[in-house]
Amino acid sequence: MITIIQTYGPMLLQALGKTLLLTLLSLVFAMIIGLVFSLMNVGKNRFFNFIGIAYVDGVRGVPLIVLAYFIYFGIPTGIKMMGIQDFRLTALQAGTIALAMNCGAYMAEIIRAGIESVDKGQMEASRSLGLNYAKSMRLVVLPQAVRTMIPSIINQFIITLKDTSILSVIGFPELTNMGKTISGNTLKSLQTWAIVGIMYMVVIITLSKVAKRVERRVNRGR
Amino acid sequence: MEDKTIKIHVEKLKKNFGTLEVLKDMSIDIFEGEVVVLLGPSGSGKSTFLRCLNQLEEATAGIIVVDGMNITDKHTDINKVRENIGMVFQHFNLFPHKTVLENIMLAPVELKLMTKAEAKEKGMQLLNRVGLDTKADAYPSQLSGGQKQRIAIARSLAMNPDIMLFDEPTSALDPEMVGEVLAVMKELASEGMTMVVVTHEIGFAKEVADRIVFMDDGYIVEQGSAQEVIMNPKESRTIDFLNKVL
Repeated sequence: MITIIQTYGPMLLQALGKTLLLTLLSLVFAMIIGLVFSLMNVGKNRFFNFIGIAYVDGVRGVPLIVLAYFIYFGIPTGIKMMGIQDFRLTALQAGTIALAMNCGAYMAEIIRAGIESVDKGQMEASRSLGLNYAKSMRLVVLPQAVRTMIPSIINQFIITLKDTSILSVIGFPELTNMGKTISGNTLKSLQTWAIVGIMYMVVIITLSKVAKRVERRVNRGR
Repeated sequence: MEDKTIKIHVEKLKKNFGTLEVLKDMSIDIFEGEVVVLLGPSGSGKSTFLRCLNQLEEATAGIIVVDGMNITDKHTDINKVRENIGMVFQHFNLFPHKTVLENIMLAPVELKLMTKAEAKEKGMQLLNRVGLDTKADAYPSQLSGGQKQRIAIARSLAMNPDIMLFDEPTSALDPEMVGEVLAVMKELASEGMTMVVVTHEIGFAKEVADRIVFMDDGYIVEQGSAQEVIMNPKESRTIDFLNKVL
């Protein structure tokens, strides 16, 4: 175990860095996707309602690994068939898109539930003062929705962090992929996967501790 | 009323919720400075009617004209009209994530009607007026029901409305807090605010209302002064109702 850490330590840390990078990028885009589709979902426009529901159902209905294959291998092939050569996605790009789409769908549901948990009277009071729908949403409803959403959002963050391991299948050099390489080279599966597992665990436990703090902070003064 | 400027004109208003007809045929003119109290059993459509007046409920049919603007017309900028119509709700609906003063300042500042400094000054003035200037930095959760409702009134007044709508403003209050809210409303009435009030406070209606409108089953059954409607009701439905509540 010590020899693995001595030999592969820097590479493992680098791979962990890639995992975190992929997580962070995906989360940023997932938040945007989630917000957009949840707003479509809670609005009154039937057409946007339909798009919002279709997106969530569509993406949630496909396993992440299939989505990743589709984006990494399928889409460039499709674009080539349309006559555009040289189109390629890097593993990071494809991975970010796949994870962001996947996480975004769950995020949309979390945000929708958060918005719906805010008393309807809040929107009415804001509208009665002359503020339009968008301003009422941004200044009155969303800030209150966020409070109830925080535990679920943190939970989703952790799931997404773990889901990055699935993207080892498209060759992105994140932590799980590095684990495969090392266990292949050293033939020490037990030690390698124990180390990789512990690395994930440490990051995730740290994250949830930080998250608990944020949650307490936001709930203050309620 | 000597001054007969029409402030709110309602003609053949209908409102359905799905197949349920809540307002069947409502026509009424409300004059500037008039205090109109809507009475009636629950389910008679009082609150729905009130909520149509600022289009929190979209009218199914009919015309509502406020200050010369037809608010049932889709092309009317309803947000502009609402700036002039304050509304006070049964459950206060203060913004819990904002302090009392922030609650009051929000709309005037966001709508660029006042600078922050002006809104703050106006806010403190209004808090003074409702007797809660010491609560400026408190959060709504730290206030009693009566205090919340007085803040809600101050929040509406910050927009300098011409019309105030009250939707059962004392129904969610403990009995000992009703008086403080009614006192603020009386003061507003005496200053000439046009007010439409849905309430079960018959005493308030008698004392303050210029006109009492008795509604039942989506129609106006009877209207007139307190003397006429409460002391000498003509319609049997009004008499039944008054017998139950008095």
